[in-house]
Amino acid sequence: MASTGAIAGLGITEMGKIYGRTATDFAAEAIALALDDAGLVKPDVDGLLVNGNLSAEMNPNLQLTLGFEDLTLLNVMNAYGSTPATMLQYAFAAIDQGQANVVALVYADAPLQPATSAGAAYGTRQGLYGMGGVLNAHGFYGANPGYAMATQRHMSTYGTTSEQLGAIAVSQRQWAMNNERAQIRKPLTLEEHQASRYIAEPLHLYDCCLVSNGAIAFIVTSAERARSLRQPPVYVLGVGQAAPGDSQRTDRHPATHTGATRSGQLALGQAGVGLADIDVLELYDCYTYTVLVTLEDYGFCGKGEGGPFVEDGKLGPGGSLPTNTGGGQLSSFYMWGFTPLSEGVIQARGQGGLRQVDEHDLVLVSGNGGFLNYHSTMILSPHES
Amino acid sequence: MSRESVAREKADREDGELAVGESGVDASIEVEYTKPIPRPDAHSQPFFDGSLRGELMLQRCSACGRWMWPVRARCIECFSDDVAWTAASGTGTLYSYTLVHQVFHPGFASEIPYNLAMVDLDEGVRMVTNIVGVSNEELRAGLPVVVEFERISDELALPKFRPAEA
Repeated sequence: MASTGAIAGLGITEMGKIYGRTATDFAAEAIALALDDAGLVKPDVDGLLVNGNLSAEMNPNLQLTLGFEDLTLLNVMNAYGSTPATMLQYAFAAIDQGQANVVALVYADAPLQPATSAGAAYGTRQGLYGMGGVLNAHGFYGANPGYAMATQRHMSTYGTTSEQLGAIAVSQRQWAMNNERAQIRKPLTLEEHQASRYIAEPLHLYDCCLVSNGAIAFIVTSAERARSLRQPPVYVLGVGQAAPGDSQRTDRHPATHTGATRSGQLALGQAGVGLADIDVLELYDCYTYTVLVTLEDYGFCGKGEGGPFVEDGKLGPGGSLPTNTGGGQLSSFYMWGFTPLSEGVIQARGQGGLRQVDEHDLVLVSGNGGFLNYHSTMILSPHES
Repeated sequence: MSRESVAREKADREDGELAVGESGVDASIEVEYTKPIPRPDAHSQPFFDGSLRGELMLQRCSACGRWMWPVRARCIECFSDDVAWTAASGTGTLYSYTLVHQVFHPGFASEIPYNLAMVDLDEGVRMVTNIVGVSNEELRAGLPVVVEFERISDELALPKFRPAEA
C-alpha cells in the first residue's frame, strides 16, 4: 500500500552508563536531536507520544516539563516493547485526519546508577504486594527467569542448544563492532558466550540484553511533508500488533508460539509484501531466544527449526539474512522497541556507514514485551510504495 | 543491589514484622525465614488461607467451569463474575524451569542457583513455583509433580511441588 505517513527525524542520545542525568533530560535531548535531524524546530511539534515505561517521569506532564505548547495530540502509550508500532498507528491516524502535523515519539529511561549492577537496577523495581508478592516469595524477580523458562521450554521441546543461541549473540556483536553508538564493541566468540556466567539457566550473560540510560526520539509527519524535510523519508508501509493473551493457561504456549505470527501477517499484508521481499530484519532482542522464536513465528524457518537456522551465522554481517544490524539490545543499547525501530530507520535511509546493508528496500522491525505476551511488526521502506 | 533498594527491602521486612506483631504472634519466627514474605490482599486471601490448611485453592468459574490462576477479576473464558474459590487436585506436570544465578534478595543467596518452575496443573492453569525433593539436575519438562506446602510463618504457607510418586 502507499504510505500516508513517514518517519522524518531520528534522535539518539549517548547510551549506557551516563550518570547524573534524568530520563526527562535524555528525552529533551533526543527530541532536540530528532528535530534537528528533520530540519524542524520545537514550535513545529503539535503532537507528543511518550512510551510509558518503568521511569516515573514518563507521564503526560513531560509536555509541561519540556515546554511543548498548543499540542493537539498527547498521550503516554505503553504496550511494553511493542509500543512504537501502536504509536505510529495513532500518529498516522491523527495526521491523516488533520488532527496533528508533526508528532514526536520518545522513549527515555535512566535506571543505571553508579555502583549498581544492571540486573539489580532493572530487576528490583517490584513490590511484595498481592500476586507479585507470591512471585517474589518463590524467587522470581525481573524478566530473566521468565525468558529463561521460555527458552528452556523451547530447548526441551525442539532440542535447541545454548550454542545456537550463542550464534545469535556472536552475529549481533559483529554488527555492533561497526556501530559507534554501541555500548559493547569488542569481539565476542562462541566460546566466550559459552564461558560467560549464567544469569538464569539456560541463559548466559551474553544471552541477555544490556540496560541503558538514554533516550531515542522520532519525528513523524505526513509523507508529503517528509519529502520537503532534511532527511530522506522513511515510509511505514505496514504495521501490525498482536497480543495473544494469557500465558498461565495450559492451552496456550506464548513461550514458544508468540504474537509475531499474527502481527507479521497484519503488517506484511498491509504492506502487500512477503517474507522473501524483506532485505533487513531489526528484531526485538531482549534475549537471544527472543530473536530465535520471532524468526520462527514470522516463518523465516519452521517451528522448532530456529536453532539450526541461525547457527551458520546468516544473521551477521555478510550473511543471507542481515539481522539487528546495529548490534541490537544485546550489544548496542536497550531502549525497548525504540532500539530496533531506530536501526530500521538508519538502514532504510542507507545511513548505516560500515554496517549498512546494500539492499535495504524493505526493513522489517519487530517489537516484543511482557513474557513474549505482546508483539508488533513494522515494515519500513525508503520508497513510498 | 542499590542502597536504595536495600533500604526499601528492609522497610518492607520491617513492615511485615510489625504486621505479625500486631496479630499477637511471636515475631521471632521471622528470624528463621529470610526470604521475602508475601502480603495477602483481599483478593488473594482465600489462596493463602488454603495454603495454610494444605489445600491448593484456585478460582473457578461457576458458569463455565474454567479454572484460573493467578487471581482474576472475572472468568477469563466467559467473563462471568460468578467465580468461586475451589480446591484443586494439586497434581500436574513440569512445563519448564530455570536455575537462577542472580541474587535479587539476600534470602535466596545461600541457595544459588535455585530453581524456579512453571507447573501445568491438571485443572488447566500454569503456576510459577519451586520444585522441591529433587536435585536441580533431575528437572525435566513433563515431570509429574504434586503440591506440598512450605510453612514460612505462623500465618503463611507457600505451595511448592515435588515429583509425584511413580
